Amino acid sequence: MTTRRASIPNASNIRREALDNGLIILVYENPAVQSVNLMGSLHAGGIYEAPEQSGLSSLAAGALMTGTASRDFDAIHGALEDIGAELSLRGHRHKVGFSGKALAEDLPTLIDVANDALRNPVFPAEHIERLRGERLTWLQYSSFDTRYRAAKAMREALYPACHPYHYSTYGSEDSISNITVADLEAFHHRHYGPRGMILVIVGAVDAEAAIELAGAAFGGWRAADQPAVLSVEAPGDRDNQQRHSITVPGKTQSDISLGIIGPARAADDFLPAQLANSILGEFGMMGRIGKSVREDKGLAYYAYSRLGGGHGPEPWTASAGVNPENVDRAITAILEEIERLATELVSDDDLADNQSYFTGRMPLRLESNEGIASHIHSMESFGLGLDFLLDYDGLIRRITRDQILAAARRYLNAKDMVIAVAGPPHDDGAH
Amino acid sequence: MPNLTHHTLPNGLTILLREAHSAPVISFWLAYRVGSRNEPTGRTGISHWVEHMMFKGTEQFPAGLLDREIDRAGGQWNAFTSMDATKYFETLPADKIDIAMRAEADRMVNAIFDPDETESERTVIISERQGAENQPTFWLQEGVRGSAFRVHGYHHEIIGDETDLRAMTRDDLYQHYRAHYCPANAAVIAVGAFDTDDMLARIERLYGAIPASNTPDLFVRAEPAQQGERRINVERPGKTAFLELSHHAPAAAHEDWLKLKVLDAVLSGSSGASDNKTSRLYQALVKTEIAAGVGAWLTPTIDPYLYSILVTLREGRAPAEAETVLLAEIERLQTNGISDDELRKARKQTRAAFAYSTESVTEQAYWLAQSFILGEVDWFDNYADRLMRVTADDVLDVARRYLVARQRVVGVLQPIDAQEETTSA
Repeated sequence: MTTRRASIPNASNIRREALDNGLIILVYENPAVQSVNLMGSLHAGGIYEAPEQSGLSSLAAGALMTGTASRDFDAIHGALEDIGAELSLRGHRHKVGFSGKALAEDLPTLIDVANDALRNPVFPAEHIERLRGERLTWLQYSSFDTRYRAAKAMREALYPACHPYHYSTYGSEDSISNITVADLEAFHHRHYGPRGMILVIVGAVDAEAAIELAGAAFGGWRAADQPAVLSVEAPGDRDNQQRHSITVPGKTQSDISLGIIGPARAADDFLPAQLANSILGEFGMMGRIGKSVREDKGLAYYAYSRLGGGHGPEPWTASAGVNPENVDRAITAILEEIERLATELVSDDDLADNQSYFTGRMPLRLESNEGIASHIHSMESFGLGLDFLLDYDGLIRRITRDQILAAARRYLNAKDMVIAVAGPPHDDGAH
Repeated sequence: MPNLTHHTLPNGLTILLREAHSAPVISFWLAYRVGSRNEPTGRTGISHWVEHMMFKGTEQFPAGLLDREIDRAGGQWNAFTSMDATKYFETLPADKIDIAMRAEADRMVNAIFDPDETESERTVIISERQGAENQPTFWLQEGVRGSAFRVHGYHHEIIGDETDLRAMTRDDLYQHYRAHYCPANAAVIAVGAFDTDDMLARIERLYGAIPASNTPDLFVRAEPAQQGERRINVERPGKTAFLELSHHAPAAAHEDWLKLKVLDAVLSGSSGASDNKTSRLYQALVKTEIAAGVGAWLTPTIDPYLYSILVTLREGRAPAEAETVLLAEIERLQTNGISDDELRKARKQTRAAFAYSTESVTEQAYWLAQSFILGEVDWFDNYADRLMRVTADDVLDVARRYLVARQRVVGVLQPIDAQEETTSA
């Protein structure tokens, strides 16, 4: 037991340093590997952009590595690719995230390039146009992707146009076409800064040396005008089930997306809701939904549910891909399972199975640098405390059947679900 | 890499073990030498369907029991059917691995193939194929493979043709299972936190009693040499055009394969280390705004397969433009070869990619399983060392011998207009 506790990242073996500019650096030594991972985030996600500029945050993040004050496009990528290193930056709903890896000996280069890209981008016009073209191609391709179209229709119906979650973080063809270099520069200038930024380093490194390296790189960063961190409220209650159908030509399968507003990660009942979701559409090859839709009825190759659990009111969703003639049967089966979860206590076996699943999977999740870095980042980002993983077994084991029912009842109402179907034509009664 | 224990049981089962105590987990694999390569016309997709049926239970482990038990233990399990093999794996906390070892031994010989379950799974499999068909590039890939291979089993998709999926019976599936799932056609692979002697003894206890049988007579038909460039056109509703340029490539065990791998690292950078924006093809196609993306694949296979380059065109750009650029890049390679810097970069990227891919026991075990399938159990262990010995002259040589029109298949996916409609209720 001592060995296991010592190998779990916690406050005693994670080196945490808060710089005076607000940046939090966390380092975990993993001598079992030859590489190092860098992971982090800052508050510059899609919720900080105007609706007509949806995709601005994501485009800005993607453009950070197209040129800096001291490196052009080829120099940035050459610095990484010459040593087999990787670094990517992505705009998410609330934050911009970055992630990279290199051989441990090349950590200084990885930190240097990350620091340069985050702080000194120049958004060269010719590269922005190229990036814009790539985004537009992706959006055009996705407009014929039934899974993407079903999820998009569900999201747009679930969140009204006045809510930031209504919009894709990747933007639309219209919004991406209209974003200018000046927009990117202004967004970067206003929202990028060290306050609230998290930097996690995991791998075959010396913690003190890594802190010193990262501190030397980022310690001089100042951004006095960084705005306050935004929070996002859930949209108002709805009291009707909506169904949307999109006919996409040339397809043979229909994709179904059902959604309703779920809890944020910070909600008191998040963990019970997470267990409820596992029972509904995850545990034992996709939970009750998988058993009903895939195993018992043989309707689909995939059928599952997901709980977002981010910084705001992410959706709680269920998805399936089925032959068009089976769409209604699959929707009915999924809604029945949702209704059942929200009205009946789960069994003692269901609870015990899923508690074991949640606690038992931790060694696998902490096997790689990336897995460890992801957990350390989550503990810091969601304010869970660095001993969260030490306490995790107890937190999960104390969840009761009543708490699971209460969470399911609070969030899951089959009669209020938004349902979207994208695929070949079929008669679904939505006219 | 050190530390590999290679053992063969009297019944013909190969055992590959590697102790690794970096984390308290074990990854346990069963690899069978049968895949879509071994399927005759009328039975396409049968290896993949049999893989699905292996999750439908045995008398000792009824359907659903392992889903529950492995998830309860916090494990992962899954299976993959490829052109060359069918692989099953479980990765679990080290003290819970016993159930995986027992279950794999049991389903090697005792899978039930219940007729009702078989029919239910037929719909699931067809749904899997139809889901893939929703991606326009699926049709392009299917067209290029079908054109490149007229005789060999690599000509059809792993999922199989829908007409075969509708026609095959439970008995066809069971016969395929009985013919190919036997110790002499399989390997057990384990990587993780165990004592090797103890693990070997446990495997011998569980698998040693399975009766020996003759190595199955695998259905394989050699592909005759292609006699000239082949071209195919695919039209699908959409807005995005694609170009695929494929050349016949050697088998993974052939000495030329790794030379082509270095060539690929220079051309596309797809050595697994990064997306390589400094690679020749990115610079020539994406940076010039002809393409939105470019990728390449050189898959390690038992028999000669393909080296494929896939280009995603930007709106308004024609596949012919990309083809002209690709052919010019190939000609440049055949004329001037690669530079010392490019060779040095390919080597460093390989070292990094190797380090990343050995971080998890699951990935280590995957590569041991793949090495067994390729016929050389140390294929992956020696991969980086052998790649370091590839020279610039080697790359020039394979560029001139393999990237030629006679061995080429050109596929174009042309988007066509179509109407869509939206309704709400």
